Amino acid sequence: MKRVVLTGAGTLNPLGHDVRHTFAALRQGHCAIGPLTCRDVERLTVQIGAEIKGFDPQAQFSRAQLTGLDRFSQIALIAAREAVAQAGLVLSDEARLRAGVILGTAGGGNMTVDDNYRSVYEEGKNRVHPLVVPRLMHNAATAHLSMEFGLMGPGLTVSTACASANHAMGQALQVLRAGQADVMVTGGSEAMLCFGGIKAWEGLRVMSRDTCRPFSRDRSGMVQGEGGAVFVFETLDHATARGAEILAEVAGFGMSSDAGDIVMPDRDGPVRAMQAALADAGLAPGAVDYVNAHGTGTAANDRIEAQALRVVMGDHLDRLPVSSTKSMHGHLIGGTSAVELLAGLMAIRDGVIAPTMNFSEPDPEIMLDVVPNEARAGKVDVVMSNAFAFGGLNAVLILKRFA
Amino acid sequence: MERKLIEERVIEIIAEQAMIEPVDISPTCRLADLGVDSLGLVECIFSIEEAFNIAVPFNANTPEQPGFDLSSVGAIISEVEKLVARQAA
Repeated sequence: MKRVVLTGAGTLNPLGHDVRHTFAALRQGHCAIGPLTCRDVERLTVQIGAEIKGFDPQAQFSRAQLTGLDRFSQIALIAAREAVAQAGLVLSDEARLRAGVILGTAGGGNMTVDDNYRSVYEEGKNRVHPLVVPRLMHNAATAHLSMEFGLMGPGLTVSTACASANHAMGQALQVLRAGQADVMVTGGSEAMLCFGGIKAWEGLRVMSRDTCRPFSRDRSGMVQGEGGAVFVFETLDHATARGAEILAEVAGFGMSSDAGDIVMPDRDGPVRAMQAALADAGLAPGAVDYVNAHGTGTAANDRIEAQALRVVMGDHLDRLPVSSTKSMHGHLIGGTSAVELLAGLMAIRDGVIAPTMNFSEPDPEIMLDVVPNEARAGKVDVVMSNAFAFGGLNAVLILKRFA
Repeated sequence: MERKLIEERVIEIIAEQAMIEPVDISPTCRLADLGVDSLGLVECIFSIEEAFNIAVPFNANTPEQPGFDLSSVGAIISEVEKLVARQAA
């Protein structure tokens, strides 16, 4: 089977406008959760979130481009530019045919939907901009990446709610292993911090009104964020042939369905996804040095994820750091697992394990080493990155130090 | 609004969610015993808010629900009664 490596990373998220600043924020335990600033925020019950601050789309895109770009596509493009530049990817006309893009998103062009529903329903307008459909479609970001970088091979968008980016990156891995492409640009993005996007989440009554405290006994729910990350994956042969710097190996991927409840998490579905990822990577549970948890900060997820980890890891869990960086960047829904993979990359590259912030007291039902409130130094060779979506669709990715 | 009317409407809402007849529900019943799961509870709260035009302080992450007693059907009726009275005041 072809080995697949990661040669570039890029991001735009509440913690930073690039990978370097994101790593610094993760290391410092910076929490980007704050007051929301969207229109009609006073009519929201939940008024906190993790917004990307100081991002000026006009500085990055022409006016003509912006007309066709929802915020989730802008985020994906900014992240991809950084990743492609880092990878030093220069593709010949022939190589373009064997380069593709797979991205994840849960809500697609949610802000475009929100703005235009507002204009036709609330303001009673009978006309919308001609590019509303190309802006809002879930595959818009994928299409824009293919166009900007001339990626003419496999292209598709994956939408599995909160696991979208992990599923997307898992698909990219499979495409490369199957020999359908040599290079895949992959990850995910999300931008739904608009009135309708937040109001819909409010309905579930699982949102925190103060902050996100994963695994803490006094946790009060999840906090939404916006942003994304994009990576360059390529076959080892391709990376070696062009002399690329290899940042890590994409060692394994596993997925499963709970086939249970549409929102209540299940222990066994995640167990099977984690075990499948380990088997795919050819690794024993004891080889895992760090787990970036799904860790949403809801009562149910965190308790059940801890139980699932115990089943998979056994006694090894007593020595295994498990953190949730959602405590800092919030839950970026479909883009979240891409940003969380950055924490995995930082652990392998810099030997820094990102903390779980806002942690105040252990929950007796969750006895995990959550790396509370302070980053930790440690040698990390293997990272497991979890994503468990509503609908019971689970996706687990394993990243490994390249050797 | 008098308690009788509130009680009738709350029981109707819970009965619909539990897929049983309102006559089978008494104030001493507990939601879990009626087969209402956590998502069913969220739906009940929503229906109650819509029916009485009130806002129920409810977060599914805090089981004890300090702001709203959910321990029995009767407790829920009393809480709704309080919120309706506050609304009218």
